[in-house]
Amino acid sequence: MSDATTTKATGGLLGWVDARFPLTKMWNEHIAEYYAPKNFNFWYYFGSLALIVLVNQLLTGIWLTMNYNPSAEGAFASVEYIMRDVEWGWLIRYMHSTGASAFFVVVYLHMFRALMYGSYQKPRELIWIFGMIIYLLLMAEAFMGYLLPWGQMSFWGAQVIISLFGAIPGVGEQLALWIRGDYNISGVTLNRFFALHVVALPLALVGLVVFHILALHEVGSNNPDGVDIKKNKDASGKPKDGIPFHPYYTVKDTFGLGVFLIFFAAVVFFAPEMGGLFLEPPNFEPANPLQTPEHIAPVWYFTAFYSVLRAVPDKFGGVVLMGLAIFMLFLLPWIDRGKVRSIRYRGLGHKIALGLFAAAFVILSYLGLKAPSDIIVGLTVTLWAQIWTAVYFGFFVFLYVYTAFGFERTKPVPERVTD
Amino acid sequence: MSQEGANKSRRRFLTGAVSVVGGAGAAAVAVPFLAYWNPSATTRAAGAPVEVDTSTLEPGQRVDTSWRGQPVWVIRRSEKAIENLNELEPQLRDPNSDVESQQPAYARNIHRSIDPEFLVVVPICTHLGCIPSFMPQPGSLSADWLGGFFCPCHGSRFDMAGRVYSGVPAPTNLPIPPYRMAEDGLIVIGEDEEAA
Repeated sequence: MSDATTTKATGGLLGWVDARFPLTKMWNEHIAEYYAPKNFNFWYYFGSLALIVLVNQLLTGIWLTMNYNPSAEGAFASVEYIMRDVEWGWLIRYMHSTGASAFFVVVYLHMFRALMYGSYQKPRELIWIFGMIIYLLLMAEAFMGYLLPWGQMSFWGAQVIISLFGAIPGVGEQLALWIRGDYNISGVTLNRFFALHVVALPLALVGLVVFHILALHEVGSNNPDGVDIKKNKDASGKPKDGIPFHPYYTVKDTFGLGVFLIFFAAVVFFAPEMGGLFLEPPNFEPANPLQTPEHIAPVWYFTAFYSVLRAVPDKFGGVVLMGLAIFMLFLLPWIDRGKVRSIRYRGLGHKIALGLFAAAFVILSYLGLKAPSDIIVGLTVTLWAQIWTAVYFGFFVFLYVYTAFGFERTKPVPERVTD
Repeated sequence: MSQEGANKSRRRFLTGAVSVVGGAGAAAVAVPFLAYWNPSATTRAAGAPVEVDTSTLEPGQRVDTSWRGQPVWVIRRSEKAIENLNELEPQLRDPNSDVESQQPAYARNIHRSIDPEFLVVVPICTHLGCIPSFMPQPGSLSADWLGGFFCPCHGSRFDMAGRVYSGVPAPTNLPIPPYRMAEDGLIVIGEDEEAA
């Protein structure tokens, strides 16, 4: 880092600490003297918001644990106890359940930002990979957390997801038995999901978030122009187009947080169930292993992948394609051979392709909430899902083709960031 | 690390030996951690056999129970339903129960049971684990429906012996648990028919 980091405070408590722990050094390296491009826009709020939501989940989660009872006999009642009898229990629980959906909202927007501005491209491949692992763990965390209230949808959602493992030829059924720890989902399964949800996965998540940020600060932030600001430095070695993260972006992100909290509080106080999207109606009945709810749909943030699963008539084929839908994103930095990062300077074809990809994700998410035999504009949900699954995968195929063989007509990228 | 004056081959040997022994130790320690997730002795013991009294069951009726935490249905099929089983063969994916994991050997027949009249079945759809609806009345699902099970989740269909139709998402027939027929119309679920 710059020479400023080497000038240590000499006296006082801070000096005493700095001689024993790199407090000022870390503060400077990651906040006060971390130079981020000056042209961050609206889309750059969602990284810091994801961090705030993570803190919200950790805090409310620890509080919920104090009154939750992880057993098949007690789980449902203990959640109702938190909702009705514990002081402010309803608020803590709604903050946690709304936080889960909010987490996916901000993470999806954060990921779309990376797609738009090519933030996954060289040299940020590892940031993207860490981010994808965080996303994967987040899905596991959400899935296991959803079993804990032990409602009908908790039980049957878990039943569906665990049966997916049963589709793996040969070892599938044994694997599903090992995951459940019982011949059917039971209190045994609930207990282990509780352990993973409150201890193992949060630990791994926090660790990966640290890796994600360390990798980001090592190579530096991308920006809406996709320009490398480290190429233009002033005499003191600071990027001309960079501004220190603090106070500039700490203030900007605080403003963003304020706006976010208005929306978040509105949902927590006025629509915590979000019309059945955030908390599904069957989950207000205790789990009954002998009766399936009429219509099983996962929570909204999984429905795009559920649509892909259902689009394939073959069970194992569906599981493979669903896995592939997520795995393709891991490969993105190597599928996109383009040299231009930002959507601002990429070809028209790429802009359309990215638009279609985003549309495919939203439409598949919508289709996943519907019954497969429902008719929409003359076609069944299954047929629509097949069409948009093709679009989803088509994005990756065409992206490779037009970038690897030079079909993309990009615009010249400016030397410096634009205002 | 300084390489000067070092006995490189000894260093290599020690590094290799520590890696092998340490690796074997780590693999051995992983076993209890992984096996810890298997069904415990208590869970396995909870799979004690359950008895179902079928003496009062009329043709076309069903009695529900559960074994190992899974639902089990005992269904008494009508004469007509048993006859119909023969007609369906071309529409089924596995009419002869060739997938061995789905039933004990003594239920590998056209009616998938010991006594053709009584079907003992675990009503968990082999697609994604929903509980299918029992629709024994011919024509109740569609005009050519001969009775059977219909899964509302993703539309899988099974006949009155739990055999899966072709062209539906479920890959295999509904599972038949181990069971035996005892005296006085009792069916014991969870105990195998003794080898005759």
